[in-house]
Amino acid sequence: MKSHLSALAIAATLSVSAIALSGTAQAGATFDGVKQKGYVQCGVNLGLYGFSSPDDKGKWSGLDVDMCRAVAAAMFGDAEKVKYTPLSAQQRLPALQSGEIDLLARNTTRTLTRDTANGLNFAPTNYFDGQGFMVSAKLGLKSAKQLNGATVCVLPGTTTEQNVSDYFRANKMTFKPVVIEKNEELNKAFFAGRCDALTSDASQLAAIRAAEVQNPNDYVILPELISKEPLSPAVRQGDEEWMNLVTWAFYAMVQAEEKGLTSETVDAAMTSPDPDVKRLLGVTAGNGKALGVEENWAYAIIKQVGNYAQSYERNVGSGSKLKMPRGQNALYTEGGLMYAPPMK
Amino acid sequence: MTNPVQALNSARVRGWLYQALFLACALAVAWYLVSNTLTNLATRGVATGFGFLHREAGFEIGESLLPYSASDTYLTALVVGLLNTLAVSAAGVVLATVLGVLIGIGRLSSNWMVNRFATLYVETVRNVPLLLQLVVWYTILNRLPSPREALEVLPGIFLSNRGMKFPVLVEHAGHGWILLALVAGIAAAIAVVRYGRRRRETTGKPFPTLPAVIAALLLPPALAFIVTGAPLAFDVPALAGFNFEGGGSVTPEFTALLIGLSVYTAGFIAEIVRSGILAVPHGQTEAGLALGLSPGKILRLVILPQALRVIVPPLTSQYLNLTKNSSLAVAIGYPDLVSVSNTSANQTGQVVEAVAMMMLVYLIISLAISGFMNWYNRRVALVTR
Repeated sequence: MKSHLSALAIAATLSVSAIALSGTAQAGATFDGVKQKGYVQCGVNLGLYGFSSPDDKGKWSGLDVDMCRAVAAAMFGDAEKVKYTPLSAQQRLPALQSGEIDLLARNTTRTLTRDTANGLNFAPTNYFDGQGFMVSAKLGLKSAKQLNGATVCVLPGTTTEQNVSDYFRANKMTFKPVVIEKNEELNKAFFAGRCDALTSDASQLAAIRAAEVQNPNDYVILPELISKEPLSPAVRQGDEEWMNLVTWAFYAMVQAEEKGLTSETVDAAMTSPDPDVKRLLGVTAGNGKALGVEENWAYAIIKQVGNYAQSYERNVGSGSKLKMPRGQNALYTEGGLMYAPPMK
Repeated sequence: MTNPVQALNSARVRGWLYQALFLACALAVAWYLVSNTLTNLATRGVATGFGFLHREAGFEIGESLLPYSASDTYLTALVVGLLNTLAVSAAGVVLATVLGVLIGIGRLSSNWMVNRFATLYVETVRNVPLLLQLVVWYTILNRLPSPREALEVLPGIFLSNRGMKFPVLVEHAGHGWILLALVAGIAAAIAVVRYGRRRRETTGKPFPTLPAVIAALLLPPALAFIVTGAPLAFDVPALAGFNFEGGGSVTPEFTALLIGLSVYTAGFIAEIVRSGILAVPHGQTEAGLALGLSPGKILRLVILPQALRVIVPPLTSQYLNLTKNSSLAVAIGYPDLVSVSNTSANQTGQVVEAVAMMMLVYLIISLAISGFMNWYNRRVALVTR
């Protein structure tokens, strides 16, 4: 009897403590917490070339990593004051909800559920993406509409599983998913021919192709984008100060591109007569005080991280293996969706 | 005895008191953890509850024992995942047991080759992590040719990197009768076994049980097959579009997981079987020989019944391990309970609920297996009079 009782009690305790792990208490606002500890704890991808991946020396780089660095530059005047937490797709939301990280910059799609029921707030989209299909060029397919009856490799823990189901249902087609949790295993299965198509965000497909294939022409990304994937940095609800800083740190990079300020030219621009540039760089004080940081916050971002165009080209654009065209990610003045509100 | 102070000295009363105290502490800790979790989720604005189970799942599942589509609910999706877990676990338990017993007996073989091979097998599979083995099996299966160049191992049976495709019987009204005849045959076989045993026990004369059982099992279905007009139409798989259409199929994910789990667990079962057999004193064999029993009968009637007493308890934990290890399916894309739960949790954001349900389901499966094995253990346990 005794052993039965204690076994039950231990089982109950264990099960409950496992649940509680995702809900440890977190004291104080995120903004103050970050300021006090002296660095930004940033949740990033386990390794996605172009967005967040470590090099052989363990130094992280990518479009999302630049987001973390920009926030650190705004907060501390030093883009290096970031600690990275590599997260799987499933881990990322609990990690942010529980306070393990301060900022989630991990190619995360902004959705209504995440913005509300999951307790998150999203900063402006730093990459407009869409889900596509990659197939072997040998199949000779021209459109995703020709995929009826195909086997499709899908990465779980994302919106992709539902998107692909929706797309096939809407077009009255059927498919068989193969859902594998690890990127590498999934890619291996696809390139071994287990699936006819691999589906993911188009940028990721390009990244996978660049990393895994000898001749990129052996695989084609079909033209249809079946979803809207506004990849956006996220913070916990309940700290508007922190949310503001993340939001405007990103806008500063976009504004810098619009004003033609790069990490090379920003020093010379300190003497610019343009009132917008003066406000952005803190020559005319006010923005920094409103955000609760030093007045040279945007200068630090542009000097150390660069403007949005620099970050884009370096990580996913012409300066990278991905060679993604700017497309929707161009400035609004060039037909894209990148638009920074007035910074005054 | 009526004095409360005296009652405290009673070991029984004290035992109860300690247990009550322990239970109260455990409950208090559990209550604290649950309420802390709920409070924190509420303050962060994270929705809780199981209402999501009745919403549309909206994602497809690669293989299902039930008819399932993306328009079914999360609950249905989770049941599909659960059935997939049970299917691979049940098949794995059977396969691992057969393989384990063979290897275990092989380790005791006096044949040098068999003996060494069994030892090599056990030492290898037990000492390589299961996850790695699964990935290896899956990679091997994915290296098979594409459907258009599939290997036809037997007429109508195709092997490709999309799995094994095989013909299935087209349903026919006669199949019901054949099945009925088979059930009748099984009943007859059980009766024959009982009669044979009774005759042996009362008169000491042996009865040719095996041939009689085979006849009882085979004759009625065969008769029904002929009477109903030999309904044997097959749905043979054929290439269409991306893949084979028609027939039945086993996916590479299922096969890799089944082989991986069985081969791994068989290594442990082999050692359990070996230790069980070694636990029976050699005198028992000699006593059997002295009675004039054949070596086969000695194994079946003397050694195994006694070895089972030692084998069954550790075997139970191997079955539990196999079932729980099936959750590694997520690594190679088999849509088991964990895989489906992960997707559901991610789509709804209700991670705590999904994890709690998963834990509860695995707990129930494990307790059911333990319950059954304990019952079986009592049956084979030595009856002391």
